[in-house]
Amino acid sequence: MSSDLTPMERFIRGVIPENPVYRQLLGLCPILAVTNGVATAMTMAGATAFVLICSNLLISSIRGLLKPHLRILVFTLTIATFVTIVDKALAAYLYSMSKALGPYIPLIIVNCLIIARCEMCASKSSLPHAFMDGLGNAVGFALALLSISTVRELLGAGTWFGIQILPQSAWPGWGVLVLPPGAFLTLGILLAIVEWYSKRKKTSAPETSTSTEASAA
Amino acid sequence: MTESKRPNYIADAWLIIVLAILFGVALAGTQMALGGRIAQNKLNETVGLAHVLVPGAAEGKAEALMIKDQAGRDVRVFKTFDAEGKQIGWLVPASGQGFADKIEVVIGVDTQVTSITGIAVIDQKETPGLGDLITGEPFTSQYRGKSTSAALGVVKTGPGKDNEIIALTGATISSVAVTDIVNQQLAGVREALLAALAAEPKGN
Repeated sequence: MSSDLTPMERFIRGVIPENPVYRQLLGLCPILAVTNGVATAMTMAGATAFVLICSNLLISSIRGLLKPHLRILVFTLTIATFVTIVDKALAAYLYSMSKALGPYIPLIIVNCLIIARCEMCASKSSLPHAFMDGLGNAVGFALALLSISTVRELLGAGTWFGIQILPQSAWPGWGVLVLPPGAFLTLGILLAIVEWYSKRKKTSAPETSTSTEASAA
Repeated sequence: MTESKRPNYIADAWLIIVLAILFGVALAGTQMALGGRIAQNKLNETVGLAHVLVPGAAEGKAEALMIKDQAGRDVRVFKTFDAEGKQIGWLVPASGQGFADKIEVVIGVDTQVTSITGIAVIDQKETPGLGDLITGEPFTSQYRGKSTSAALGVVKTGPGKDNEIIALTGATISSVAVTDIVNQQLAGVREALLAALAAEPKGN
């Protein structure tokens, strides 16, 4: 990866051009597991953002001390600590959400998105870079969670954030979308749309791609 | 051969050791700051069910009591009271293996432990759309009013007899699991609950 990016460029790259889910295909376990409702997905996004940004900052600030062969161990240790803090905080302040997410909050420890950012950016960059990189990827991850959970909850249950949007009389609710297969179907279809859209854009107009990709997601 | 040829483990690992100690302190601090609140949340969840599971019970009013079940295990049960402060039932937490993972149930029974006044499934990871319906109203309300004199049975199609629960379609194992949890726990704690009641000073 080019290291001459400004912090702002790092942020923007994380959000859309190198979106963790749609571009890097990282962190798919939570994407599949907790997107059956928008509320749980957004809680996951917040928890992941906290862990990602804190780990990036800590790793960046000790990057001069890292031994190459022990760096993964340090990453894992750091991530596990922040995840445990988030897990406890959720259990204390958002108890019902913590119960709904069950094991998936502790499982952030093995979210490859976070270890990838530690490895690719934080362990080689200064604090501002690491912070903006973490923030950008966290926002990108949140966008992906939001898009997939919106499709699943809206079409699966007719609700969004638990609020009835599609009237129960008019919309039967595609129950399969709320079930685990729905996660794979939705992710696959959205990935295909994003891929198709960006390919088409590349061939028809080779100008710089901007925020319009967000609408596809 | 010489000292310098061997890898120096401490020089390699000092950062990890320091980090581990720092993180340990941070986690201990988190636990100390939040542990009480988390325990309170769990307690509130059970106590908050008092008026749902025991008809006539005052909302959020319950008193914890440690008893020993027949196997000698400690069980924390809750007395529920009506608006005048008279005990009108018990909340008995129970848990057991479901189809996918542990199922946690809270059982409401009347003071003399003669009938079930309600149950609630507070934690489960059963199949979404099938087994997780055990948390829902049509299933749990079947337990209301069932006598505790005989173990409950499960039938696949209704109408069941007085002491039978109709299983959820496609979730027989989850239905049986909940029923077994209820049966076992009530059989285990009934004597202890009655003993606790008898030990109570009369006239409240």
